[in-house]
Amino acid sequence: MSSLNETHGDAERLAARRDAVRGIGFLSPATLWTMAFFVAPLVVMVSYSFFTKRGTGVDTALSLANYEHFAVREVLWGSLFNSLEITLWTTGISILLAYPFAYVLAFRVPERWRRLCLVLAILPFWTSYIVRSYAWLLVLSPTGVVNQSLLWIGLIDEPVRLAYSRIATVMGFVHFFTMLLTLTIYANLVQLNPRYRLAAADLGASGWQSFYYVLLPLSIPGIVVGAFTTFVICIGDYIMPQILGGNRELVLPQAIFFQVSRNADLPLASAMSVILMLVVAVAYLASARWLRMDRL
Amino acid sequence: MSELRPQDVGSLGRRIVGTAGTTVVIALAYLFIFLPVVVLVLFSFHDGRVPVPPFQGPTLDWYKMILGDDRLMSATGHSVGIGLASAFLSTLLGFLAAFGLARHAVPGAGFLRWFLVLPLTVSYLIIGIGLLIALSYTGLPKSLLAVMIGHVVINLPLAFAICFSQLGGHQVVYERAARDLGASEGQVLMRITVPMMWPALFASFCLCFNFSWDEFVIAFFLSNFDVTLPVEIWSMLRTGLNPMINAAGTLVFLLSLISFLAFEILIFGKRARHGRTAPEA
Repeated sequence: MSSLNETHGDAERLAARRDAVRGIGFLSPATLWTMAFFVAPLVVMVSYSFFTKRGTGVDTALSLANYEHFAVREVLWGSLFNSLEITLWTTGISILLAYPFAYVLAFRVPERWRRLCLVLAILPFWTSYIVRSYAWLLVLSPTGVVNQSLLWIGLIDEPVRLAYSRIATVMGFVHFFTMLLTLTIYANLVQLNPRYRLAAADLGASGWQSFYYVLLPLSIPGIVVGAFTTFVICIGDYIMPQILGGNRELVLPQAIFFQVSRNADLPLASAMSVILMLVVAVAYLASARWLRMDRL
Repeated sequence: MSELRPQDVGSLGRRIVGTAGTTVVIALAYLFIFLPVVVLVLFSFHDGRVPVPPFQGPTLDWYKMILGDDRLMSATGHSVGIGLASAFLSTLLGFLAAFGLARHAVPGAGFLRWFLVLPLTVSYLIIGIGLLIALSYTGLPKSLLAVMIGHVVINLPLAFAICFSQLGGHQVVYERAARDLGASEGQVLMRITVPMMWPALFASFCLCFNFSWDEFVIAFFLSNFDVTLPVEIWSMLRTGLNPMINAAGTLVFLLSLISFLAFEILIFGKRARHGRTAPEA
């Protein structure tokens, strides 16, 4: 850097500084907005998590009471485990469903139909999230389409309890995230160089071997990006578990929501939100190798 | 694409099995993906009080009912207003930031890029609670303005990412030419970059509008008596299954669909014109 400055002289340095100042000028509105309305509230929230609720206000003496409370009460820490369980099931099943679909879209569908197939595959993405959850309730209710069909075929004698259960939550989530994962996996598969697979075939690999040893390892980045996104959205979502899962086995966001809307216990809700963010941070660190978020 | 696919070298038998397999996978996938949407839309025309099979009708009664529902209509108005305002602000701020990073050598550029997309990793629920606590901390009232501010927070990273990925090298030449001909920074931006970028800007606007239009948790926490459409639909849900929700949901879907198709045509239409050389996202 210093040798560069010496050879270029003051005029160049001034131009570079002016360029940087202009760049910062363009960046500052977005940066300030994010600081003021994202970072600052989160800082306040983290400090609230060390306060305690007193009456309608808060006691600002610092304590770990909320975190202790969370660790002791089973309905609270249990909600974290419910969340993790539902999220992991959702992520796993969605990958298993999305991969073959993305594979078929990328390699088997003729190119001129591909775009249409892809647009169709994500069309229900654009129904309102709440409405989509409600639509699954219609499908899964005791008198809904699934139960009626199963009764009609004769597979079951009386309606199965599907709605208001963990199965319903996972099903609603899987629907949403299969669409999402299909996109990320597809995007990864189409940009792979087809020569790798040709080389594998030339070297005598069977179709299955070339898939397992060549294509699958190469598609890991697409899977991880999708899985991480799934994890983050799924574990932080309140709507789907509330509409489809009901109130029996709460997930963490439901427990947080409850503390805000019913108990008006903002400090405890803050502590639980901090725990939720830490879980996401751990997931991020685990998959950071493949994400490269800073490079977009 | 001169790609050699497995079915090109396979025997006829394998090809038939492969085609059948492909068809089955696609059919099952679409069945699963479209099942809730079809049920939703179909039973919005249901002539009965509970939207469950067997289907009776069709009737447009439920649509008449929601169009005559004042609360629903005013909530729709609020949602459209917040959606437009927050999409405009997100796109404006996101574009300016992307321009600053793509066209100027700014110290700490890598960190800033990371920082601006950071809100994407935080749950809406937490962003909502954070803003709620900030309101209670500063003593400011809940309002639709607060909802709009929250929606810019969640949409700004998206707008920034879209604009940044579309600010490719092909515009730089024109910007430089304009500067050489004496255009000021503002003139370059308004006369060269913005016109060249408008499909990306519009796409970002549509996407942001869609996310705002659909957002529930932040709107629920930060609004008081005037609510947005998702919050109003949420309160309708407490009455259980109701064809009115189907009708409202179908209309919401339709509006999202229009803005999505606009987005799709713009982005894809642009790629098609530029051929395969368009910059990768």
